[in-house]
Formats: sequence, structure tokens, C-alpha cells
Amino acid sequence: MAEALTPSPTPSLATRIGLTDWRQNIIYIGFVGIFIFFAITLGHKGFLDTNNLLNIVRQTAPIAIMAVAMTYVLAAGEIDLSIGAVAGLASVAAAMAMDIGGVPLGILAGVATGIIVGVINGVISTRIGIPTFLTTLAMMGVAKGTSMWVSGTKAVPILSDGYNWFFGGGYIGPLPVLLFWMVIAAAIGHVVLRRTTFGRWVLATGGSETAARYSGVNTRNIKFKVLIISSFAAAIAGMLYAGRFQTGRFQLGEGDELSVIAAAVLGGTSLFGGKGTVIGSIMGALMIGLINNGLILAGLEFSQQLIARGAIIILAVAISQNRKST
Amino acid sequence: MTNAPHDFAVKMTGIGKSFGPTKVLDDVNLEVRSGEIHALLGGNGAGKSTILKVLRGVHRPDAGTLEVLGKVLTEHTPEESKRAGIAMIFQEMSLVPTLTVAQNIFLANELKTNSGLIDDKLAVDRAIELFKSLDVDVDPMAEAGSLGAGQRQLTEIVKAIAQKARVLILDEPSTALSTHDVEKLFAFLTKLKAEGVAIIYVSHRMDEIMKIADRATILRDGRHVITAPLSELTLESIIEHIVGKQSRGLSGIQREDTRRSETLLELKNVSGVHKPRDLNLTVHAGEVVGIAGLLGSGRSAIARLLFGIDQKISGDIVVAGKTVALNSPAEAIAHGIALIPEDRLRQGVVLEHSVADNISLSVFDRISKRGWISQQKWSDLAAEKIKSLKVKTASAAAAVRTLSGGNQQKVVLAKWLASDPRIVIFDEPTAGIDIGSKSEIIQLIRELARQGKAIIVISSELNELLAACDRILVMSDGRLLRDMRRDAFEDPTAGDHTAAGNMQFAERKLQTILQEVRNHG
Repeated sequence: MAEALTPSPTPSLATRIGLTDWRQNIIYIGFVGIFIFFAITLGHKGFLDTNNLLNIVRQTAPIAIMAVAMTYVLAAGEIDLSIGAVAGLASVAAAMAMDIGGVPLGILAGVATGIIVGVINGVISTRIGIPTFLTTLAMMGVAKGTSMWVSGTKAVPILSDGYNWFFGGGYIGPLPVLLFWMVIAAAIGHVVLRRTTFGRWVLATGGSETAARYSGVNTRNIKFKVLIISSFAAAIAGMLYAGRFQTGRFQLGEGDELSVIAAAVLGGTSLFGGKGTVIGSIMGALMIGLINNGLILAGLEFSQQLIARGAIIILAVAISQNRKST
Repeated sequence: MTNAPHDFAVKMTGIGKSFGPTKVLDDVNLEVRSGEIHALLGGNGAGKSTILKVLRGVHRPDAGTLEVLGKVLTEHTPEESKRAGIAMIFQEMSLVPTLTVAQNIFLANELKTNSGLIDDKLAVDRAIELFKSLDVDVDPMAEAGSLGAGQRQLTEIVKAIAQKARVLILDEPSTALSTHDVEKLFAFLTKLKAEGVAIIYVSHRMDEIMKIADRATILRDGRHVITAPLSELTLESIIEHIVGKQSRGLSGIQREDTRRSETLLELKNVSGVHKPRDLNLTVHAGEVVGIAGLLGSGRSAIARLLFGIDQKISGDIVVAGKTVALNSPAEAIAHGIALIPEDRLRQGVVLEHSVADNISLSVFDRISKRGWISQQKWSDLAAEKIKSLKVKTASAAAAVRTLSGGNQQKVVLAKWLASDPRIVIFDEPTAGIDIGSKSEIIQLIRELARQGKAIIVISSELNELLAACDRILVMSDGRLLRDMRRDAFEDPTAGDHTAAGNMQFAERKLQTILQEVRNHG
């Protein structure tokens, strides 16, 4: 079978001249390149101001946190398209519950939203056996519809200053609280993926589900858990949005699934499963934030930003597929 | 372990198993000692895989008892069997290609630091120790996906051993291996045997069985036929036990001379990117040419090149007198070349589709008019092929998945023959199918030759080449080193030899040549 009818592998030019790893590092090269480009072309418009740079971090944090979780989902060979809508639903749930029972109930409601949606996604995908692509696509509509319905499509204000500080609006010295959220998510995500059995089994499940199962890994359970992690992270992201805007609203997080998947794939996580790095995903998210910020400073409209973002995703997937074949 | 209190590592007694009305196993015994290599033999449908599934806890037996290392198994779950020390080595199934060798060996059994985190460094050290103690040369840091077939297999076995397996099940372990790797595997198995591991070895390759196994159990039609030491069995008697009385094996196949003067395929100094190198080859209509060579010799590279999968970098390919460029399979098909691939399940058939759909897949344009498929032609074609190839199927509408391996192979053949090719290339035409179907497929190859097709057979099974071919080419390292008529393999001193005896002589001769060209070029 080693000699089966696949074309014999010809070493790519990159391999032969010792650049095997350039693709793995493209995110860092790309990040630096784009940063320098914007620094030169947009420096006079305030791109390099500390405020602007911290602003990029603040805007990127929710995407980055969801991208950490998405790394697990993709590495396990699955996908979660419902995260944007779940973020919106969690923001609404948190805001409404807070109105009734104060901050603790609000936080509880937000987190519970994420876990419940994750469990539903997990049950449908792993017990009934519907592909996560379809399950979570359907869940996207269900979550969005639910948040529109319960909120009457209105924004729900959040009046607790404490909540708004802790979830997104606050600063510790010059540094936004959101930066700490992002760093903590990255650290936990990285260690769990690299150094725990759970993380290893996630990578094994996505690398070859059959092999993992035959080795004694409960792959169904792994898939179930990554979907819960993903929804949980989406709920946290939604609550961070709510804190930053001091309001829960169904549109918060809308369309984020695309940015999040793009961030993970840009960072070196394979859409085909088996490979993923949390640090890469964080860098991918920051790069997308960087590009968004640059495009805004350059005076592009929202519509044009959407086009640019779509182009980035295609570029990212093209690179990831290329790696697969070498 | 050899002196363990229990005589048998595995003791299965009176096992019965039915699926619906079909009785797959009937009162089957399987007893394997610690420290022995035990061959489990039988044709397709004999019940080998079912009894192994019972042993692995995948199936619950309807009757009988199952004892592993003195412990009676009652739950019949995969977990219970694994705990009892049973491990099956799956072909390229149990390694995750994206993890390293060391990570794979300890998958689901990870080594940890005191703080509970995975310790990959320790895993690498342990893997190195394990490989060293078992005399295996594999880089523990390499990604499993980058390993060759031989190394992958050894890694899978080492993985099972690392996870404390005492009973190893190997199912056709040598299919993907070169002779060199097979020897390594055998040396390794012998070493494991000495450490008291019980090994159940399933293979269609009798030469391997004769070489490595201590005892054999033969099943036929779900029944136990015989368990005996290999020293008490001959090749003839084994084949007889496996196939029963009906088949005479491969030695009885008639090879009349069907060669015509017309040259259908000619390669002139053809080289590919790596292999083949400087290949010259002529195949006439009605001629069956075999290509022998160890894995990696460039055997399959010829097939890939002729079918437009690999590109040639120099030389000429002449098909029926016309110099052609074969840049894609579509072009190859247009020139009348068909390839029956080795990995038929993946490359040859759509398992979920019906027999008739599979047969007509490559000729939809011929049985349709303005995009509409003619139902009449479609069913005629299927019925004709099912009849002429003797495909055993419930109906033309049955899914190919429901057929046995040999019959699936026939569907692949039917599919390609439907397009009426002039040149047919077979790559391992009988890999993994039972002797009865083997002989039918070889007879079919001869029948195609009689119809005037030019045929190339690429195979690692020497008796198959000798049974099917008029000429045998021997390759090594991308070069064609011998071109011998089939007569050259006959024993000149023979006279009173049986057909089977002649075949054995020819096979030994070809095997010797294969080894020679590898050593001396």
C-alpha cells in the first residue's frame, strides 16, 4: 500500500532549500510585515499611538478567546459555526438576568447559556450523528432567533459598573482588562492542548479518528467536550462584548465565526484536524484585528472590510491545504 | 511466561455465532499457547475475522467460552479484551499520522510528570529504550505519517507491547511490506515469542506461514477443520484444508499461447521522475506480461506512468503504433489503457453503490443519449458482466459493500472491462482475497488475453505471476533487470512432477532471482 497509486512525492522547492517550516511561521512573518506596512503608511493617522494599539487588543480579545476554543474544535476535526450567535445570546441572557437578580445571576445566566448550547450541539452531533457543520449551522439560527425573541430585538442595558469594568470596560493601570482575559485564555488553552491527555486526545481524534478510537480514546466524548468548550468560550466572549458596550444585544458577535475560524487557520490550525496551536490562533486573531484597524484608519467602509476579511480566509485555507499536500 | 500456570494464552471453546439466519461460526475452537506464533487460516468467509472479533470483544458469542491467560471473559466488550492483554495490529489504522511515533506509542496511556502534565521527553526516552530492546530502528520523534509501511507496522506492534499486550493479533501484516521489512518483522516476532507473547498470525501467504508459524488452526465455512503443528502440515495439505475439494489452487491453470504478432504497447527508454529508469518494454496483443520486484523496485511506478498519474521525463510510449502522451488518466483511458488498482476499495469501487452502477460508472457516455441514461443498456451491460465474470451477488441492485472481497474485485474488473480497453494493467489483482477467487481472477486474465488484449500484471505474489503470465520481467531500483519467458521457470529435470510441484519449483526460482537482482543489480 505504500506503493499505492498516489503520485510519488516530489520534494517541494521549499523542502529542498530547507524552508519546511516557513508556512508554520507565516503568521509571525505576516504579522510583522503587515504591522510595518501600516506603521509606514498609516503612522501619520495615529496607527502607532499606544491608545490605538491597545484598542486593537480590546477589539480582538473576544475573537481571540473564541479562537482559542476553535483551535480545539478544528484540531478535533470538527467545526462550530454557532459561536457568533451564541455570543449574542449570552450577552442578552446575562443582561436580562442581571436586571432581575443582580450581577451573580447575570454571570450565571451567561455561562449557563454557553454550556447549554454546547451540550445541545454535542448531543446532536455525537449521539444522533449529524455533522457538526450542519448542527452548528442550524444552532446559529436557533441561538440568534432566541436572543431576538427574548430581548424583543432591543438592547438590554447593563447598569452594574463592577460588571462593566471586569467584563471588558476596565483598565488596570494603562492596560485594558480585556488584555488579561486574552492572556489567561491563551495560557490555559496552550498548556491544556500541549501538556494534558485531553489536549493530546483532541489532536489524536482529529488526526485520525479511527486510530484514536482503536487506541482507546473515547473520541465521541472528546468531540462532545470541544463543542462545550467552544460554546462556553463564545458565551464568555458575548459577556465581554456586553461589558464593553454596557449592554446585551443580539447583534453582538454577529459574523464572528468567520473571523474566529480565519484566525485559527491563519495561525496554523488545520481545517482537516490533527494540528493546532493556541498561540498561533491568538496571533491570527491579532492579525485580523490589525488588518481591521488599518482598514478603518485608511478610511475603508464596513462593506470593504467584509471583502478584505473574506479574502484573508481564502488565503488562510489555501495555505493550510498546501501544507497538507507537502 | 512460558511456564505460566495456564497452558494457553487463548482458549476459545465451542464458539458459535450467527448473524440473523446465517451461522458464521459453528462450534469453533481456537487455542493459542503463550510464546507461540499461531497461524489462523481459511478462505474468505471461513470465519477468521468473526472469531477474532469475538476474541477482541467486538462480537458477543452465541455459544462457547473464552479464556485469556487463565481468566474467563464474560463481559465481551473491547475494553475487557484489552484489559486481558489482547491487542490487534490494524493495518495503518492505529497510528495517528499527525502525532509523533513516541506520542503514538503512548497514546491513551500517556506518561506524565509529577504535576500531571504530559511528559513528551520521557515518552521519547522510553520509546528509544523499547525500540532498542526489541531491535527496531524507528525515530521516535518522527511524525507517524512520514514513516514507511514497514516502520509503521513495527511501531504499531511496539505500541501494543508498550501497552502490555500479551496476545497479539496480526492480520495480513506483510501485505504492505518489502521482503526486507518482512524479514525484520519476522525477526521481531520471533523475539516477542521468546518473551512469551502469544501471536495470532493471519495471512494468505503460505510461504510466510510455513516460515514463521509454530502451529496453525484452519477454518472453513465457519467450522474448525484442524489444529496442528506446522511441522505436520504441507503446503498441499494446508491448501486442501482451506479450499476443500473443489479447487486445485493456482497450479492447474492452463496457459495456452494466445500471443498475436501485433504490438500493442511499446516503451522506449522511458524514465519517470524517480522510477522507472530507462525502461524498454514491448507487449503484444494476447500476451500477459508479469512484473515482479520487491516493494520499492518501481513496479507500481510503471502502472502510474502508463495510466497518466505520474509524468515521464524522457523516452517514448507507443500505443498500437502511435506515439502518445499520457498526461492524465483520462488520456490513458482514451488510448484504451485500463488500470485495475491495488487498493480497490478506495480507488476501484464505490462501496455504497449498486453492482450495476459501479460496472457502468466509466461508460455512462456509451449507454446514454443526450445525457439520459438508457435503462435497457444499463441493465443489459450489468447482467452481461455479472454473468461473464461470475460475480456472486444477490442482484445487480445489491450494494457492492455486501459482496465478498473476491467478488468486489470482480466488480472492479467488470467496471474497467466495460470500457473495452486494449491494454489492461493489473496492480496486485488478488491482494487479500482467498485462493478460490484468486484462481478465478487469473483465469479471467487468461481469457482477456485470448480476446487479444495486452496485459500487464504487477504482483508481489510469485505463484500468481507464474500462473498468469507468458513472460516475467524482474525489476529492482527502477530498472528492468530480467526478461524471462515463463518456460524458463520450468524444471528441466522434472518429468513426473505434479503441477503443484512444478509451481513450487518455479516459485523458488523466481524468488531466488528476485533476491539476486537486489543484491547484485
